[in-house]
Order: sequence, then C-alpha cells, then structure tokens
Amino acid sequence: MPTANNPSPVSRVLAAANSVILGKSNQTRLALCCLLARGHLLIEDLPGVGKTTLAHTLARLLGLQFARIQFTSDMLPADILGVSIFDRERSSFRFLPGPVFSQVLLADEINRATPRTQSALLEAMEEGQVTTEGETRPLPEPFFVIATQNPSNQIGTFPLPESQLDRFLLRLDLGYPDRDAERALLESGGSREQLPALAACLGAGEFAPLQRLAAAVYASPALLDYLQLLIEASRREQRFVHGLSPRAALALLAAARAWAFTDGREMVLPEDVQAVLPAVARHRLRLVSGSHADAEDIAALMRSVTLP
Amino acid sequence: MRLRPPQTIDQAAVPWLLAVALATASPHAEHLPPWLSLLFGAAVLWRLWLWWQRRPLPPRWCLALLVLGALAAIAWQYRSLLGRDSGVAMLALFMALKPLEMKTRRDALVVVMLGFFLLLTHYFYSQSIPTGLWLLASCTLLTAALIRLHGGAQPLAAIVRQAGLLLLQATPFMLILYLLFPRVSGPLWGLPQDAHAGRSGLSSEMAPGSISSLILSGAIAFRSHFAGETPEKADLYWRGPVLDAYDGLTWRVSALAAALPRKAPVVESRGAQYSYTSIIEAHNQRWLLALDVATSLPAGAMQAPTLEVLAREPLRARSRFSFASSVDYHANRAESAAILQQSLSLPAAINPRARALADRWKSRPPARIADAVLSMFRNEDFHYTLRPPLLGADAVDEFLFGTRRGFCEHYASAFVFLLRAAGVPARVVAGYQGGEVNPVDGYLIVRQSDAHAWAEVWLAGEGWVRYDPTAAVAPSRIEQGIVAALPEGEPLPGIVGLDADWLRQLRYRWEAANNTWNQWVLGYNPQRQREILSRFGMPNPDWQSMSTALAALCGVALLLVTVWTLPRRRRVDPAQRAWQRYCVALARRGVTRAAWEGPLAFANRVAVERPQLAALTSEAARCYAALRYGRGDSEQLLVLQECVHRLPARWRKSA
Repeated sequence: MPTANNPSPVSRVLAAANSVILGKSNQTRLALCCLLARGHLLIEDLPGVGKTTLAHTLARLLGLQFARIQFTSDMLPADILGVSIFDRERSSFRFLPGPVFSQVLLADEINRATPRTQSALLEAMEEGQVTTEGETRPLPEPFFVIATQNPSNQIGTFPLPESQLDRFLLRLDLGYPDRDAERALLESGGSREQLPALAACLGAGEFAPLQRLAAAVYASPALLDYLQLLIEASRREQRFVHGLSPRAALALLAAARAWAFTDGREMVLPEDVQAVLPAVARHRLRLVSGSHADAEDIAALMRSVTLP
Repeated sequence: MRLRPPQTIDQAAVPWLLAVALATASPHAEHLPPWLSLLFGAAVLWRLWLWWQRRPLPPRWCLALLVLGALAAIAWQYRSLLGRDSGVAMLALFMALKPLEMKTRRDALVVVMLGFFLLLTHYFYSQSIPTGLWLLASCTLLTAALIRLHGGAQPLAAIVRQAGLLLLQATPFMLILYLLFPRVSGPLWGLPQDAHAGRSGLSSEMAPGSISSLILSGAIAFRSHFAGETPEKADLYWRGPVLDAYDGLTWRVSALAAALPRKAPVVESRGAQYSYTSIIEAHNQRWLLALDVATSLPAGAMQAPTLEVLAREPLRARSRFSFASSVDYHANRAESAAILQQSLSLPAAINPRARALADRWKSRPPARIADAVLSMFRNEDFHYTLRPPLLGADAVDEFLFGTRRGFCEHYASAFVFLLRAAGVPARVVAGYQGGEVNPVDGYLIVRQSDAHAWAEVWLAGEGWVRYDPTAAVAPSRIEQGIVAALPEGEPLPGIVGLDADWLRQLRYRWEAANNTWNQWVLGYNPQRQREILSRFGMPNPDWQSMSTALAALCGVALLLVTVWTLPRRRRVDPAQRAWQRYCVALARRGVTRAAWEGPLAFANRVAVERPQLAALTSEAARCYAALRYGRGDSEQLLVLQECVHRLPARWRKSA
C-alpha cells in the first residue's frame, strides 16, 4: 500500500490534475479511469468550461506522446490519417503519418467534422491500426482518443451516431465550476497558462503496467451478479428505447475495475460500479422521448436494483 | 421505528384498480337496482376522468354525503340493511366510492381486498361455469393489481405472467381444500330467506294459463339418466302434483291426501322396470317428478296416496335421486273411499251445458265415457294453441261449446269435469311429458317447456288409468314434443325451438358440460366427500381426521412448491447474513441501508448521520466488502459477526 509520504503514481497524477483543473475531482478521476481501462473518452459540454484543458493536462501528466486535432467542417480523412507523397529522389511514395499516429490524440470538437472524417477516426480507434492505400500501419501503444464535443444543439455540428458513441468507454460532462473554483481560476489567470510548465508525473513506459494492474482488480461472483442485475434492469426499464449491450457491460466492468484501482483497492465493490455507471451508461441509453438519459434516469435505474 | 408518512399511490396504477372495481362488481348489475348500477358506472368514469385530467379527488364531505345518501337509498330499496341483496348492494356501493378517496397505497390495498371479498358474493347468485371462469379471471386481475401496486411499473405481459404463476402455485392448495375441507349439509351459515326466491317450476295450483306461461321458459327442470334403455317418448310422463280439488276456475292439491292415514299406495307392475337417476333443479316444492309410476324410491322419499313421490323437505338445491319406475301398471285397484269421493266432487251450479252432456253418458260404462270425451276432442273442431281466448265464469262450458281452443290445462280440466259430472272418479295430474336425450352424455333433459297436465280415471278392476286428452287433439305433442304440436308463429323460448343443426349440437355440448360441472363440482356434497375419502383409505372420517389430513397435505404441497421455487434463490452466505443482521440492528437505531446501497457508501453515510457508530460501521463494512467482494478470510468473518454485538444499547426516545 502506498503511504502518505510515498503516494501511489495514480494519486500523484490525480493530485497534479486537480491542481490544474479546479473543483472537478470526480471528472478528472473518471477521465483517468477511462485511460487506465484502455478506453476512449468523450467530453461533452459547452465551450469554455475546460474540456481541452482536461484532455491536455492528462496527456502531459501521464508522460505520453501527444497530438491534437482541431476538427473543422472542411477536414478530410487524410488530414487525420496521413498522406503518401511522391519522393523524387527515391522515385517512390513516402507515407507522411497524420496526427493519429500518437499515443494521446486530443480530438477537439469532433462533432464539427463531417461524418466521413469522424468515421475515419473512429475506425482507427476501434481497430488500433490505420489502413491507407492498401497498406496497414499499426498505431502506437497505448493509443487514446480524448474527444471533446459541443452539445449537439449548437450550430454547425454533426452529432455522432449511436454506434460511434458506443466506442467511447466513458462520457463526461464538466459543468460550470463552483464559486470557489471559479474565483481561484480568475485569480490564477487561467490554467492554460500553466500547461506548458506542467511536469509529467510518470516516466515513459510507466503507464502500461498501471493499466495491467487496473485490469487485474478482482471482481467477485457477487459483484458480477450485481452488474448483471443492473444490465438486465436497464433492458427491462420501459423508459429506455433499448438496454445496455454486452459491450456496455464489459465497459462497465472495466471502468469499475479502474475506479477501484484509483481508490487503491484490490477488489471491485458495488460502489465502484455505481460511481462509473452514469459515465458509462448515459450516452448509451436513449430515452423513449428521444433524448439521452440524464443523471436522474441513471440514479433511478441504480436505485431499482437491490444488491444481491 | 419511526412512523413513515403514508405512501402515496402510484398514479399509473389507478387504471388497474378501476379495472378491479369493474371486474369484481359488474356481474352484480344483473340484480342490483338500476340506479345503483348507474351510480357505479358514473363513479368509475368520474375517477377515470380525474385521473386522466390529473385533478384532485373530491373533498371528504362530498364523499360522505354520497355514501349516506346511497346507504339511505339502499335501505329504502330493500327495506333493510341486512340480508343478502342489501349486503351485496352495500359492498358494490363501497367498491364504487372507495376509488374516489384513493390517495395512499393503503387505500389501494383496501380496494383490492374489497374486490376479493366481492368476488365471493357472486356465488350467492350463480355457480355456473361462466361465473366460475369470470371469477377466475377476476382473481388473476386482482393478483396482478397487487403485483402492480407492490412491484412498480412493469410490462403488462410480465405482470399477468407472474399473477398466473402465483395462481398456478395456489392450485394444489385450492384442490386440497376443495376435496378435504369438512363439508356440512346445507350452507355453512344460515342464508337469509331471500336466497330462495324466484325459482320457477310447477306450482300446486293450475288455472288456465299457468302451464302455458311456464312453457315459455327454456330452463332445465331436471335431467335423468336411465341405467338401461330409455322408455318410449310417449311413455315419459313425469308425475308432479295431483290436483283433485276444483273450484270452477283453479285445480288444487286437496288437503285430503295429507289428512289420510299414511298408507303406501299399491302398485302392481306389469312390464319392465326402468331404473334411472334424476338430478332435479331446485324448485322449492316437495315433489320429485318420478316417471309414472314409481316402484322403488330414493332414501328419505315417500310415495303419497295419490302416487306422486315426495321429499321430506322442499327442494332448495339441485339434488340427485335414484328411482325405478314401471310404465305399465295397476295402481290402487282398491282405492280408499275418501279419495274416490274427492275425485268426484264438483262445485255446484256451474257449467250447466257440460253437466247436461255428461248426464247423457251416465248409463255407459266408465271406460266408454272417457273414450267418448276423447273422440269428441279428436273429431270435432278443437285446436291446440298456446294463446287461447280468455274464459269466463263457466269456463268448461265456454271452452267446450264456444272457443274450442286451448292448451293442455284446458283439455285436462274439461275432461276431468265431464267425467266427474258423469259419475266417474277422475283427477288432473300436473308434471312434465317427454324430454330430449342429449347425445353427448346420454342424459335425458326435461325443460320447463315440457310442462304438461293430463288426467287420471279410476276404473274398477284396473285402478287409476292415465288419459291424456291433449294427445287426442294434438298427437304430435306427445310423440314429437311441443314444437311440432304448436301452430306456426306461436311464441316459444328460443332454446327450445332451435333449428340450425350446429346450434343444437353446440347446445348439447354446453348442457353436457354443465351437467358434468353440476355433478362433479357443485354436487360435491358430504356424501360424495365420504365416498372419495373412503376410496383413499379413510372410511367414516370425522372432522378431526379430515382436518389432520388437510393440514398434512397442505404442508406437503407447501414443501413441494417451496422446493420447486427454491433453487432459483442462491444460498445466503454467512458473511451476507452477518452483514444483514448488522444492518437490521442499525435500522433499529435509526439508520436504514437502502437496498441498493453498497457497504462502504453506507458506512460513509452512517459516519455523517451517526458519528458515534462511524468507526464500528466502517470496520463492519470493510470486513463485509472483503468477504463478499474480495478474498476475505475467516478472521474477518468473525470480526463482522462480532460487530453486531459491539453496537451500543439502543437509544431511548429522549436520546
């Protein structure tokens, strides 16, 4: 067990992140869990509440190679994946890798791009490799996408379809900072200033072992029973168009493991499942009324399931 | 434990409860006063509208006024608030108005319980197959409403399936109770008198029109099953009351037969004996409608001097009797003088023309006189009709010499009058003639529409001989039945005049099913119960041994149902049991763990709400979490089990 004098790498990352992003400890922890569970993260909220800052901060703190794409509506798949150009000297084509070939890819405002460009990225996320002009090139390991998205009712957006939302392990809202946090922000002059000065908490190659540890957190039969009851309840609940898929169940378990790991525990508790449930389920459950489930729907779902 | 505020009813459950109210009360509309049925419908519609519009329920004083007004109306209607009909009316009223004050879940449960109670009352009025099916469906609905109230919103199919499953699990208990619950003869509690009102059948009087109005009912009077072959249709005379007193208008059962010393009639059978079993519907009279003439009687019955078979008590419920009869017989060749005297008496100074006609025949032998009357009916312009013209004071004269249109009661009446006037002892016999064999189960069905009246003449050396004057006018009445005998266009109950073949087949099947139901379900009386129990090795069971068997079998059934449902429930592990005990102990101290709340989250909440218990609860929660969700060891289990004992004593209220 890590002690107070010798905190675990995870808590060091969290402490550092919380010093940059003020008053959002739950969200930073969820974001870290997502990366520990080898998932991709979608951050959705109004412009200006710190989405990009969160993504940027995490990449820096984890010591990962980082690239950023600002999506626009005229962007083409090649702008992300890379292009082959003709090299006169060697009389052959040479591949210039696009920004997707990096460990942490910050896809800013992904829903401003056209569906064609979006799906190029999402295919890369799903398969961990890129195929252009008949040649398949693996992406670096680890490979994360932290996508940010404006709420889809904003002008000039192409909302991500259901099937592609499912490829993001977690989805977060940031929300406005509370009064104290906002005051601190105003006094410090904005956290983006500090970003270049931020030192990495982990060395190169230190993150992958953490991922392996997180995936090894013990999930007992009783916990799996509970998780299955939750999934079944989501399928039975009439408010939702359809319930959570088996992929969502896997995502829930992986995220709950990572959450337990960030808490320094060796086993998953129902509390861990409940903590990550809103982030796992909200973008996967659509209400009969057409909108995505809100926090209250997920809380009702959670309360309807008795612990076995 | 603190009192919780009453739980308000889930609004989406309201239609369920209104459906319950409708299903359990609507069959009563048949006998409730129309204003109450209207009030019921209006109350349900009102409640439905309030629910639809999400409006508040009516105020208390308004409901109180409604209840008082309706109760007063019921008391006025039935002249009492006690008794079957007014009691049922009150229950229906409560069922109509309770939904209007249904705010809490407790109110909703009251509606469901009232529904279960109201279901029972339907058996006061009908025990037929459709009633049974309706009540079974209503019972499922009530159970489903309970499931909806307790289990929250679920798909309709899931609720109905669960209700059906519950009823299925209850079936063994239902069967055991049905078979073994000690039965008493007659109802368990005294039914009020109005329970026996309104049964149709022959009466002990016959005036013109009394039988022809009975004919209009297609209701079944009784069913018979012959052990051997069935007699010819023309021999099927089922004897009811013997009417031997005449006042010029009405034939009655004279007081004479009852006054005579009990002397069994002498019947000499001359041909084959037919043995048969009759299931007679309740008709509130004592006669048992045996085939003429009975030679062997069921236990407890007796044969009157006038040959009809009588039960000890009026028939208040459908009952089963076994007889043997002979259709070729000499009855009472030596008849008592009093009866012969009664069979000659006529009121003085009426029907002078008929008397004059009879006077002319007086010199002939009695049998020739009877034949003369029959040949008059046969050869002159007499007609058989259900709608005869009305007759005045000299009814027989007007009929014989004027209208000449009549029904069996007219012919029997005129025949007996003429014979008595000519000095031959004669009397009217009422009963049923004919019947129809149901090919499905072989039972002979006799309906009210087979009601008939005929005559009997006492001839020296032969005893009482049956003469059916109707047969002289309309032979087809006896040979083929009432439908063939009546002219076209006469009103008849639809069930009797059924033409289409498939409809008749359907009716046969339905009546056979009803017969089986009557015998095996409704006819399961103390005697049958004894028969069945002795077959299972309990000869002469008393109520103690029956109750013991009842309890034992219910226990076995409960065990079986438990075993059937048990494997679906995982065995509770000791850590969980210990944690649950700890949580129950905490609940008694005012902090209740929600069903979905994990151990550490609960411990955190306890730390806020009851700081004194924080350390202990946190320890218990950590042990439990490790045991249930991690790889805890037995030491942690001991600690967890100890925690509940380390809780401080409970606070008093003042604390």
